[in-house]
Amino acid sequence: MPDGFIVTVIKSLVLVNMVMLVFALMTWIERRLIGRFQVRYGPNRVGPGGILQPIADLGKLLRKESIIPVGSSPMLYLAAPAVSLFASLAVFGVIPFGEEATIPFTDWKIYLYIANINVALLLIFALGSFSFYGFLVGGWSSSSKYSLYGSMRAVAQLVSYEVALTMAVIGVVMMAQTLSLTGIVQAQQNDGIWYIIPQFFGFVIYLLASTAEVSRIPFDLPEAEGELVAGYHTEYGGMRWAMYQNAEFVATIAFSALASILFLGGYDGPVLPGPIWMLLKMAVFLFLMIWIRSTLPRVRYDRLMLIGWKVLLPAATLNLLVTAAIVVWVD
Amino acid sequence: MAVVDTIRGFGVTFRHLFKKPVTQKYPEYKRPVYPRFRGRHLLHRHENGLEKCVGCSLCAAACPADCIRVVAAENTPEERYSAGERYARIYEINMSRCIFCGYCELACPFDAITLGNDYELAELSRDALVYTKEMLLAPQPPSRRTPVAPSDPYDVPSQDASVGRISLQ
Repeated sequence: MPDGFIVTVIKSLVLVNMVMLVFALMTWIERRLIGRFQVRYGPNRVGPGGILQPIADLGKLLRKESIIPVGSSPMLYLAAPAVSLFASLAVFGVIPFGEEATIPFTDWKIYLYIANINVALLLIFALGSFSFYGFLVGGWSSSSKYSLYGSMRAVAQLVSYEVALTMAVIGVVMMAQTLSLTGIVQAQQNDGIWYIIPQFFGFVIYLLASTAEVSRIPFDLPEAEGELVAGYHTEYGGMRWAMYQNAEFVATIAFSALASILFLGGYDGPVLPGPIWMLLKMAVFLFLMIWIRSTLPRVRYDRLMLIGWKVLLPAATLNLLVTAAIVVWVD
Repeated sequence: MAVVDTIRGFGVTFRHLFKKPVTQKYPEYKRPVYPRFRGRHLLHRHENGLEKCVGCSLCAAACPADCIRVVAAENTPEERYSAGERYARIYEINMSRCIFCGYCELACPFDAITLGNDYELAELSRDALVYTKEMLLAPQPPSRRTPVAPSDPYDVPSQDASVGRISLQ
Protein backbone atom coordinates (compact mmCIF):
# COMPACT_ATOMS: atom_id res chain seq x y z
CA MET A 1 0.00 0.00 0.00
CA PRO A 2 2.19 2.82 -1.22
CA ASP A 3 -0.48 5.48 -0.59
CA GLY A 4 -1.44 4.67 2.96
CA PHE A 5 -4.55 2.89 4.17
CA ILE A 6 -7.35 5.38 3.48
CA VAL A 7 -6.34 6.33 -0.04
CA THR A 8 -5.87 2.64 -0.86
CA VAL A 9 -9.38 1.84 0.34
CA ILE A 10 -10.79 4.68 -1.79
CA LYS A 11 -8.76 3.53 -4.78
CA SER A 12 -9.97 -0.04 -4.31
CA LEU A 13 -13.60 1.07 -4.20
CA VAL A 14 -13.17 3.17 -7.32
CA LEU A 15 -11.36 0.38 -9.15
CA VAL A 16 -13.87 -2.35 -8.28
CA ASN A 17 -16.75 -0.13 -9.37
CA MET A 18 -14.93 0.80 -12.56
CA VAL A 19 -14.34 -2.88 -13.32
CA MET A 20 -18.02 -3.62 -12.68
CA LEU A 21 -19.00 -0.73 -14.96
CA VAL A 22 -16.71 -1.99 -17.69
CA PHE A 23 -18.16 -5.47 -17.19
CA ALA A 24 -21.70 -4.14 -17.57
CA LEU A 25 -20.75 -2.21 -20.69
CA MET A 26 -18.86 -5.20 -22.07
CA THR A 27 -21.94 -7.43 -21.90
CA TRP A 28 -23.70 -4.88 -24.09
CA ILE A 29 -20.74 -4.22 -26.40
CA GLU A 30 -20.14 -7.92 -26.87
CA ARG A 31 -23.74 -8.58 -27.79
CA ARG A 32 -23.85 -5.60 -30.14
CA LEU A 33 -20.58 -6.57 -31.80
CA ILE A 34 -21.54 -10.22 -32.19
CA GLY A 35 -24.80 -9.00 -33.64
CA ARG A 36 -22.93 -6.96 -36.24
CA PHE A 37 -20.57 -9.85 -36.96
CA GLN A 38 -23.68 -11.90 -37.72
CA VAL A 39 -25.23 -9.09 -39.83
CA ARG A 40 -27.94 -8.25 -37.30
CA TYR A 41 -28.33 -5.44 -34.76
CA GLY A 42 -28.04 -6.96 -31.31
CA PRO A 43 -29.77 -5.35 -28.31
CA ASN A 44 -30.68 -1.81 -29.46
CA ARG A 45 -33.97 -1.05 -27.72
CA VAL A 46 -33.18 0.01 -24.14
CA GLY A 47 -31.75 3.51 -24.08
CA PRO A 48 -29.77 5.11 -26.93
CA GLY A 49 -28.39 2.29 -29.03
CA GLY A 50 -29.32 -0.17 -26.30
CA ILE A 51 -26.67 1.07 -23.87
CA LEU A 52 -29.01 0.63 -20.89
CA GLN A 53 -29.49 -3.06 -21.69
CA PRO A 54 -27.25 -4.14 -18.74
CA ILE A 55 -29.56 -2.25 -16.36
CA ALA A 56 -32.59 -3.96 -17.87
CA ASP A 57 -30.81 -7.30 -17.48
CA LEU A 58 -29.99 -6.47 -13.88
CA GLY A 59 -33.61 -5.63 -13.16
CA LYS A 60 -34.70 -8.90 -14.68
CA LEU A 61 -32.11 -10.98 -12.80
CA LEU A 62 -32.87 -9.34 -9.44
CA ARG A 63 -36.53 -10.28 -9.72
CA LYS A 64 -35.79 -13.96 -10.35
CA GLU A 65 -36.75 -16.50 -7.73
CA SER A 66 -33.86 -17.53 -5.51
CA ILE A 67 -33.67 -21.32 -5.63
CA ILE A 68 -31.56 -23.68 -3.56
CA PRO A 69 -31.84 -27.15 -5.09
CA VAL A 70 -33.02 -30.06 -2.93
CA GLY A 71 -30.06 -32.23 -1.92
CA SER A 72 -27.53 -29.46 -2.38
CA SER A 73 -25.16 -28.18 0.28
CA PRO A 74 -26.61 -24.70 0.86
CA MET A 75 -23.51 -23.16 2.41
CA LEU A 76 -21.19 -24.22 -0.39
CA TYR A 77 -23.86 -23.61 -3.01
CA LEU A 78 -24.27 -20.00 -1.88
CA ALA A 79 -20.55 -19.33 -1.34
CA ALA A 80 -19.19 -20.77 -4.59
CA PRO A 81 -20.09 -17.93 -6.99
CA ALA A 82 -18.76 -15.37 -4.53
CA VAL A 83 -15.43 -17.21 -4.41
CA SER A 84 -15.09 -17.09 -8.19
CA LEU A 85 -16.09 -13.44 -8.37
CA PHE A 86 -13.72 -12.47 -5.57
CA ALA A 87 -10.80 -14.25 -7.18
CA SER A 88 -11.44 -12.57 -10.51
CA LEU A 89 -11.81 -9.11 -8.99
CA ALA A 90 -8.80 -9.47 -6.71
CA VAL A 91 -6.52 -9.78 -9.75
CA PHE A 92 -7.02 -6.06 -10.36
CA GLY A 93 -5.37 -5.30 -7.04
CA VAL A 94 -1.94 -5.79 -8.58
CA ILE A 95 -2.53 -4.59 -12.13
CA PRO A 96 -0.85 -1.23 -12.75
CA PHE A 97 -2.62 1.35 -14.91
CA GLY A 98 0.32 3.70 -14.68
CA GLU A 99 2.88 4.87 -12.17
CA GLU A 100 2.79 8.02 -10.07
CA ALA A 101 0.16 10.52 -11.18
CA THR A 102 -1.12 13.89 -9.98
CA ILE A 103 -4.86 14.32 -9.61
CA PRO A 104 -5.86 17.19 -11.95
CA PHE A 105 -6.19 20.68 -10.31
CA THR A 106 -4.60 19.46 -7.04
CA ASP A 107 -1.14 18.61 -5.78
CA TRP A 108 -2.18 15.13 -4.71
CA LYS A 109 0.07 12.43 -6.01
CA ILE A 110 -1.25 8.88 -6.10
CA TYR A 111 -0.02 5.66 -7.60
CA LEU A 112 -2.18 4.20 -10.35
CA TYR A 113 -2.04 0.73 -8.84
CA ILE A 114 -3.31 -0.60 -5.56
CA ALA A 115 -0.35 -2.77 -4.69
CA ASN A 116 2.97 -3.11 -6.43
CA ILE A 117 4.31 -6.42 -5.18
CA ASN A 118 7.37 -8.16 -6.53
CA VAL A 119 5.53 -11.47 -7.14
CA ALA A 120 2.45 -9.96 -8.79
CA LEU A 121 2.46 -12.47 -11.65
CA LEU A 122 2.53 -15.41 -9.24
CA LEU A 123 -0.32 -13.88 -7.26
CA ILE A 124 -2.41 -13.46 -10.40
CA PHE A 125 -1.98 -17.11 -11.37
CA ALA A 126 -2.68 -18.19 -7.79
CA LEU A 127 -5.91 -16.18 -7.82
CA GLY A 128 -6.75 -17.60 -11.25
CA SER A 129 -6.43 -21.10 -9.83
CA PHE A 130 -8.41 -20.05 -6.77
CA SER A 131 -11.40 -19.21 -8.93
CA PHE A 132 -11.49 -22.87 -10.08
CA TYR A 133 -12.68 -23.73 -6.58
CA GLY A 134 -15.76 -21.64 -7.21
CA PHE A 135 -16.52 -23.66 -10.36
CA LEU A 136 -15.71 -27.00 -8.76
CA VAL A 137 -17.58 -26.44 -5.52
CA GLY A 138 -20.51 -24.78 -7.27
CA GLY A 139 -20.89 -27.72 -9.64
CA TRP A 140 -20.49 -30.30 -6.92
CA SER A 141 -22.78 -28.69 -4.35
CA SER A 142 -25.67 -28.30 -6.82
CA SER A 143 -26.25 -32.12 -6.67
CA SER A 144 -26.98 -32.23 -10.38
CA LYS A 145 -25.16 -34.47 -12.83
CA TYR A 146 -24.90 -31.75 -15.46
CA SER A 147 -23.35 -29.37 -12.97
CA LEU A 148 -20.92 -32.04 -11.83
CA TYR A 149 -19.89 -32.94 -15.39
CA GLY A 150 -19.53 -29.27 -16.18
CA SER A 151 -17.37 -28.53 -13.16
CA MET A 152 -15.18 -31.58 -13.82
CA ARG A 153 -14.68 -30.46 -17.40
CA ALA A 154 -13.99 -26.93 -16.26
CA VAL A 155 -11.33 -27.94 -13.78
CA ALA A 156 -9.69 -30.45 -16.14
CA GLN A 157 -9.52 -27.80 -18.85
CA LEU A 158 -8.31 -25.01 -16.61
CA VAL A 159 -5.61 -27.15 -15.01
CA SER A 160 -4.37 -28.28 -18.44
CA TYR A 161 -4.19 -24.81 -19.90
CA GLU A 162 -2.77 -23.23 -16.77
CA VAL A 163 0.46 -25.11 -17.47
CA ALA A 164 0.86 -23.79 -21.00
CA LEU A 165 -0.19 -20.32 -19.90
CA THR A 166 2.41 -20.17 -17.15
CA MET A 167 5.11 -21.52 -19.46
CA ALA A 168 4.26 -18.87 -22.06
CA VAL A 169 4.50 -16.14 -19.46
CA ILE A 170 7.85 -17.34 -18.11
CA GLY A 171 9.44 -16.29 -21.42
CA VAL A 172 8.47 -12.70 -20.66
CA VAL A 173 9.64 -13.04 -17.06
CA MET A 174 13.05 -14.25 -18.29
CA MET A 175 13.45 -11.27 -20.58
CA ALA A 176 12.30 -8.78 -17.95
CA GLN A 177 14.16 -10.54 -15.08
CA THR A 178 11.26 -9.74 -12.73
CA LEU A 179 7.83 -10.97 -11.66
CA SER A 180 6.61 -7.48 -10.81
CA LEU A 181 4.19 -6.07 -13.38
CA THR A 182 5.51 -2.51 -13.14
CA GLY A 183 8.98 -4.04 -13.44
CA ILE A 184 7.96 -5.84 -16.64
CA VAL A 185 6.60 -2.58 -18.12
CA GLN A 186 9.79 -0.73 -17.12
CA ALA A 187 11.92 -3.47 -18.66
CA GLN A 188 10.02 -3.03 -21.93
CA GLN A 189 10.60 0.73 -21.73
CA ASN A 190 14.33 0.16 -21.11
CA ASP A 191 14.66 -2.39 -23.90
CA GLY A 192 12.76 -0.03 -26.21
CA ILE A 193 10.67 -2.90 -27.58
CA TRP A 194 7.33 -4.38 -26.64
CA TYR A 195 7.68 -8.07 -25.89
CA ILE A 196 5.07 -9.02 -28.51
CA ILE A 197 7.92 -8.95 -31.06
CA PRO A 198 10.63 -11.06 -29.39
CA GLN A 199 8.04 -13.21 -27.61
CA PHE A 200 5.60 -13.61 -30.52
CA PHE A 201 5.15 -17.36 -30.03
CA GLY A 202 4.72 -16.82 -26.33
CA PHE A 203 2.05 -14.23 -27.18
CA VAL A 204 0.12 -16.62 -29.43
CA ILE A 205 0.29 -19.37 -26.81
CA TYR A 206 -0.79 -16.91 -24.13
CA LEU A 207 -3.74 -15.80 -26.26
CA LEU A 208 -4.94 -19.37 -26.87
CA ALA A 209 -4.35 -20.54 -23.32
CA SER A 210 -5.96 -17.48 -21.74
CA THR A 211 -9.03 -17.92 -23.93
CA ALA A 212 -9.24 -21.43 -22.52
CA GLU A 213 -8.58 -20.15 -19.00
CA VAL A 214 -11.59 -17.84 -19.06
CA SER A 215 -13.53 -20.61 -20.89
CA ARG A 216 -14.68 -18.49 -23.78
CA ILE A 217 -15.53 -19.78 -27.24
CA PRO A 218 -13.87 -21.80 -28.84
CA PHE A 219 -12.87 -23.31 -25.49
CA ASP A 220 -16.19 -22.89 -23.67
CA LEU A 221 -16.58 -26.59 -22.96
CA PRO A 222 -17.28 -26.17 -19.24
CA GLU A 223 -20.57 -24.51 -20.13
CA ALA A 224 -21.16 -25.97 -23.57
CA GLU A 225 -24.86 -25.23 -23.68
CA GLY A 226 -25.44 -27.65 -26.55
CA GLU A 227 -24.15 -30.63 -24.60
CA LEU A 228 -24.19 -29.83 -20.90
CA VAL A 229 -27.23 -27.56 -20.42
CA ALA A 230 -25.02 -24.85 -18.86
CA GLY A 231 -22.17 -26.69 -17.17
CA TYR A 232 -21.32 -25.94 -13.58
CA HIS A 233 -23.88 -23.16 -13.24
CA THR A 234 -26.83 -25.19 -14.51
CA GLU A 235 -28.62 -25.00 -11.16
CA TYR A 236 -27.89 -21.34 -10.55
CA GLY A 237 -30.35 -18.61 -11.36
CA GLY A 238 -30.84 -14.90 -10.93
CA MET A 239 -28.01 -12.91 -9.43
CA ARG A 240 -26.00 -15.98 -8.41
CA TRP A 241 -25.86 -17.03 -12.04
CA ALA A 242 -24.96 -13.43 -12.86
CA MET A 243 -22.08 -13.64 -10.39
CA TYR A 244 -20.58 -16.55 -12.32
CA GLN A 245 -20.99 -14.68 -15.58
CA ASN A 246 -19.55 -11.63 -13.90
CA ALA A 247 -16.56 -13.62 -12.65
CA GLU A 248 -15.93 -14.97 -16.11
CA PHE A 249 -16.17 -11.55 -17.73
CA VAL A 250 -14.00 -9.90 -15.13
CA ALA A 251 -11.43 -12.68 -15.64
CA THR A 252 -11.55 -11.92 -19.37
CA ILE A 253 -10.90 -8.25 -18.66
CA ALA A 254 -8.12 -9.18 -16.23
CA PHE A 255 -6.40 -11.43 -18.75
CA SER A 256 -6.69 -8.66 -21.35
CA ALA A 257 -5.02 -6.29 -18.90
CA LEU A 258 -2.31 -8.85 -18.22
CA ALA A 259 -1.74 -9.41 -21.95
CA SER A 260 -1.38 -5.65 -22.45
CA ILE A 261 1.21 -5.48 -19.69
CA LEU A 262 3.19 -8.55 -20.65
CA PHE A 263 3.26 -8.17 -24.43
CA LEU A 264 2.20 -4.64 -25.39
CA GLY A 265 4.05 -2.57 -22.84
CA GLY A 266 1.08 -1.85 -20.57
CA TYR A 267 0.85 1.86 -19.86
CA ASP A 268 3.87 2.55 -22.05
CA GLY A 269 3.15 4.64 -25.14
CA PRO A 270 3.79 8.03 -26.72
CA VAL A 271 1.71 11.25 -26.51
CA LEU A 272 -1.32 9.95 -24.62
CA PRO A 273 -1.18 9.45 -20.84
CA GLY A 274 -0.40 5.95 -19.53
CA PRO A 275 -3.83 4.84 -18.31
CA ILE A 276 -5.38 5.71 -21.69
CA TRP A 277 -2.81 3.51 -23.44
CA MET A 278 -3.53 0.73 -20.99
CA LEU A 279 -7.29 0.94 -21.60
CA LEU A 280 -6.79 1.11 -25.38
CA LYS A 281 -4.62 -2.00 -25.33
CA MET A 282 -7.16 -3.80 -23.16
CA ALA A 283 -9.91 -2.80 -25.59
CA VAL A 284 -7.92 -4.32 -28.44
CA PHE A 285 -7.68 -7.64 -26.59
CA LEU A 286 -11.35 -7.59 -25.62
CA PHE A 287 -12.29 -6.94 -29.24
CA LEU A 288 -10.05 -9.83 -30.25
CA MET A 289 -11.86 -12.11 -27.78
CA ILE A 290 -15.22 -11.11 -29.26
CA TRP A 291 -13.89 -11.55 -32.78
CA ILE A 292 -12.65 -15.03 -31.92
CA ARG A 293 -16.00 -15.86 -30.36
CA SER A 294 -17.91 -14.84 -33.46
CA THR A 295 -15.59 -16.74 -35.79
CA LEU A 296 -14.57 -20.09 -34.36
CA PRO A 297 -16.81 -23.04 -33.46
CA ARG A 298 -16.35 -24.89 -30.18
CA VAL A 299 -13.58 -27.50 -30.25
CA ARG A 300 -14.23 -31.13 -29.38
CA TYR A 301 -13.24 -32.15 -25.86
CA ASP A 302 -10.51 -34.63 -26.89
CA ARG A 303 -9.06 -32.04 -29.27
CA LEU A 304 -9.14 -29.46 -26.49
CA MET A 305 -6.96 -31.74 -24.38
CA LEU A 306 -4.82 -32.56 -27.40
CA ILE A 307 -4.23 -28.89 -28.18
CA GLY A 308 -3.44 -28.19 -24.55
CA TRP A 309 -1.01 -30.99 -23.83
CA LYS A 310 0.44 -31.93 -27.24
CA VAL A 311 0.60 -28.58 -29.01
CA LEU A 312 0.64 -25.65 -26.61
CA LEU A 313 2.74 -27.19 -23.85
CA PRO A 314 5.59 -28.41 -26.13
CA ALA A 315 5.48 -25.14 -28.06
CA ALA A 316 5.64 -23.14 -24.84
CA THR A 317 8.52 -25.29 -23.57
CA LEU A 318 10.42 -24.83 -26.82
CA ASN A 319 9.79 -21.09 -26.69
CA LEU A 320 11.08 -21.10 -23.14
CA LEU A 321 14.29 -22.95 -24.03
CA VAL A 322 15.05 -20.68 -26.99
CA THR A 323 14.33 -17.59 -24.90
CA ALA A 324 16.57 -18.88 -22.12
CA ALA A 325 19.42 -19.55 -24.56
CA ILE A 326 19.09 -16.10 -26.12
CA VAL A 327 18.89 -14.34 -22.75
CA VAL A 328 22.02 -16.12 -21.53
CA TRP A 329 23.83 -15.49 -24.83
CA VAL A 330 22.99 -11.76 -24.82
CA ASP A 331 24.19 -11.45 -21.23
CA MET B 1 -4.88 -26.32 -44.34
CA ALA B 2 -6.69 -25.90 -41.10
CA VAL B 3 -4.67 -22.95 -39.85
CA VAL B 4 -4.96 -21.02 -43.12
CA ASP B 5 -8.69 -21.70 -43.31
CA THR B 6 -9.13 -20.49 -39.73
CA ILE B 7 -7.35 -17.24 -40.51
CA ARG B 8 -9.46 -16.80 -43.65
CA GLY B 9 -12.50 -17.32 -41.44
CA PHE B 10 -11.45 -14.34 -39.36
CA GLY B 11 -11.36 -12.28 -42.54
CA VAL B 12 -14.87 -13.38 -43.45
CA THR B 13 -16.33 -12.41 -40.09
CA PHE B 14 -14.46 -9.10 -40.12
CA ARG B 15 -15.95 -8.21 -43.50
CA HIS B 16 -19.42 -8.95 -42.17
CA LEU B 17 -18.85 -6.49 -39.34
CA PHE B 18 -19.16 -3.61 -41.80
CA LYS B 19 -22.21 -4.86 -43.68
CA LYS B 20 -25.62 -3.38 -43.06
CA PRO B 21 -27.62 -5.70 -40.82
CA VAL B 22 -30.34 -7.61 -42.62
CA THR B 23 -32.66 -7.39 -39.60
CA GLN B 24 -35.99 -5.68 -40.25
CA LYS B 25 -36.85 -3.44 -37.31
CA TYR B 26 -40.35 -4.81 -36.93
CA PRO B 27 -42.59 -2.43 -35.04
CA GLU B 28 -41.22 0.54 -37.00
CA TYR B 29 -41.02 -1.29 -40.30
CA LYS B 30 -43.69 -3.75 -41.34
CA ARG B 31 -42.82 -5.99 -44.21
CA PRO B 32 -45.71 -5.87 -46.70
CA VAL B 33 -47.78 -9.02 -46.59
CA TYR B 34 -48.71 -10.95 -49.70
CA PRO B 35 -51.99 -9.82 -51.26
CA ARG B 36 -53.69 -13.09 -50.37
CA PHE B 37 -52.36 -13.10 -46.80
CA ARG B 38 -55.04 -14.42 -44.44
CA GLY B 39 -55.30 -12.37 -41.26
CA ARG B 40 -58.05 -10.92 -39.08
CA HIS B 41 -61.59 -11.39 -40.46
CA LEU B 42 -63.80 -8.59 -41.72
CA LEU B 43 -67.58 -8.56 -42.14
CA HIS B 44 -68.85 -6.42 -44.99
CA ARG B 45 -71.86 -4.24 -45.73
CA HIS B 46 -73.72 -3.47 -48.92
CA GLU B 47 -73.38 0.03 -50.30
CA ASN B 48 -76.72 0.98 -48.80
CA GLY B 49 -75.42 0.08 -45.34
CA LEU B 50 -77.15 -3.26 -44.89
CA GLU B 51 -75.04 -6.16 -43.71
CA LYS B 52 -74.17 -8.73 -46.32
CA CYS B 53 -74.38 -11.56 -43.78
CA VAL B 54 -77.79 -13.28 -43.70
CA GLY B 55 -76.98 -15.58 -40.79
CA CYS B 56 -76.96 -18.83 -42.77
CA SER B 57 -74.16 -20.37 -40.62
CA LEU B 58 -72.43 -21.95 -43.62
CA CYS B 59 -69.17 -20.41 -42.40
CA ALA B 60 -69.65 -22.02 -39.01
CA ALA B 61 -70.31 -25.35 -40.71
CA ALA B 62 -67.21 -25.01 -42.85
CA CYS B 63 -64.97 -23.98 -39.97
CA PRO B 64 -62.57 -26.83 -39.12
CA ALA B 65 -61.59 -25.18 -35.84
CA ASP B 66 -65.23 -24.63 -34.82
CA CYS B 67 -64.51 -21.07 -33.82
CA ILE B 68 -67.49 -19.26 -35.43
CA ARG B 69 -70.77 -18.89 -33.60
CA VAL B 70 -73.78 -17.55 -35.51
CA VAL B 71 -77.24 -16.98 -34.06
CA ALA B 72 -79.69 -15.80 -36.69
CA ALA B 73 -82.87 -13.77 -36.26
CA GLU B 74 -85.63 -12.59 -38.60
CA ASN B 75 -85.46 -9.14 -40.09
CA THR B 76 -88.63 -7.12 -39.51
CA PRO B 77 -89.77 -4.08 -41.47
CA GLU B 78 -89.00 -1.95 -38.41
CA GLU B 79 -85.59 -3.46 -37.70
CA ARG B 80 -83.82 -4.43 -40.87
CA TYR B 81 -80.14 -5.31 -40.67
CA SER B 82 -79.39 -7.40 -43.71
CA ALA B 83 -80.55 -7.74 -47.30
CA GLY B 84 -82.01 -11.21 -46.83
CA GLU B 85 -84.87 -12.57 -44.72
CA ARG B 86 -82.68 -13.19 -41.70
CA TYR B 87 -79.63 -11.57 -40.22
CA ALA B 88 -76.90 -12.63 -37.77
CA ARG B 89 -78.07 -11.50 -34.34
CA ILE B 90 -74.84 -12.84 -32.86
CA TYR B 91 -71.72 -13.35 -34.92
CA GLU B 92 -68.62 -14.26 -32.94
CA ILE B 93 -65.22 -15.54 -33.99
CA ASN B 94 -62.96 -16.94 -31.32
CA MET B 95 -59.55 -15.77 -32.55
CA SER B 96 -57.69 -17.99 -30.11
CA ARG B 97 -59.06 -21.02 -31.95
CA CYS B 98 -59.11 -19.71 -35.52
CA ILE B 99 -56.48 -21.30 -37.75
CA PHE B 100 -56.88 -18.70 -40.53
CA CYS B 101 -57.61 -21.32 -43.18
CA GLY B 102 -60.08 -19.08 -45.03
CA TYR B 103 -62.76 -21.78 -45.43
CA CYS B 104 -65.36 -19.38 -44.02
CA GLU B 105 -64.59 -16.99 -46.84
CA LEU B 106 -64.99 -19.78 -49.38
CA ALA B 107 -68.21 -21.06 -47.82
CA CYS B 108 -69.97 -17.69 -47.70
CA PRO B 109 -72.57 -17.37 -50.51
CA PHE B 110 -72.74 -13.57 -50.19
CA ASP B 111 -69.06 -12.64 -49.78
CA ALA B 112 -70.02 -11.26 -46.38
CA ILE B 113 -66.86 -12.43 -44.60
CA THR B 114 -63.32 -12.10 -45.86
CA LEU B 115 -59.94 -12.49 -44.23
CA GLY B 116 -58.08 -9.19 -43.94
CA ASN B 117 -54.37 -8.51 -43.68
CA ASP B 118 -53.96 -7.61 -40.01
CA TYR B 119 -51.92 -10.08 -37.99
CA GLU B 120 -51.28 -8.13 -34.77
CA LEU B 121 -53.94 -9.82 -32.72
CA ALA B 122 -52.22 -10.31 -29.36
CA GLU B 123 -54.34 -9.66 -26.27
CA LEU B 124 -53.79 -10.00 -22.54
CA SER B 125 -56.81 -12.24 -21.95
CA ARG B 126 -58.55 -15.04 -23.83
CA ASP B 127 -61.89 -13.29 -23.51
CA ALA B 128 -60.58 -10.33 -25.46
CA LEU B 129 -59.89 -12.67 -28.37
CA VAL B 130 -63.59 -13.44 -28.92
CA TYR B 131 -64.41 -10.93 -31.63
CA THR B 132 -68.01 -9.77 -31.78
CA LYS B 133 -70.01 -8.73 -34.84
CA GLU B 134 -69.49 -5.08 -34.03
CA MET B 135 -65.71 -5.51 -33.98
CA LEU B 136 -65.73 -7.47 -37.23
CA LEU B 137 -68.04 -5.05 -39.01
CA ALA B 138 -66.13 -1.94 -38.00
CA PRO B 139 -63.50 -0.70 -40.43
CA GLN B 140 -59.97 -1.41 -39.23
CA PRO B 141 -58.39 1.59 -37.52
CA PRO B 142 -55.49 3.05 -39.50
CA SER B 143 -52.95 2.13 -36.81
CA ARG B 144 -53.73 -1.52 -37.35
CA ARG B 145 -53.47 -1.42 -41.10
CA THR B 146 -50.86 -3.73 -42.54
CA PRO B 147 -48.97 -2.82 -45.70
CA VAL B 148 -49.76 -5.08 -48.62
CA ALA B 149 -47.44 -5.90 -51.45
CA PRO B 150 -48.61 -5.05 -54.98
CA SER B 151 -50.74 -7.83 -56.35
CA ASP B 152 -49.40 -7.82 -59.91
CA PRO B 153 -46.63 -10.41 -59.56
CA TYR B 154 -48.87 -12.74 -57.57
CA ASP B 155 -52.47 -12.52 -58.83
CA VAL B 156 -52.39 -11.90 -62.55
CA PRO B 157 -51.26 -14.79 -64.73
CA SER B 158 -48.39 -13.31 -66.66
CA GLN B 159 -47.38 -14.06 -70.21
CA ASP B 160 -43.82 -13.97 -69.01
CA ALA B 161 -43.29 -17.37 -67.47
CA SER B 162 -40.60 -16.08 -65.14
CA VAL B 163 -42.92 -13.69 -63.28
CA GLY B 164 -45.10 -15.06 -60.52
CA ARG B 165 -45.57 -18.52 -61.99
CA ILE B 166 -43.91 -21.76 -61.20
CA SER B 167 -42.48 -23.44 -64.23
CA LEU B 168 -43.31 -27.11 -64.54
CA GLN B 169 -40.02 -28.03 -66.13
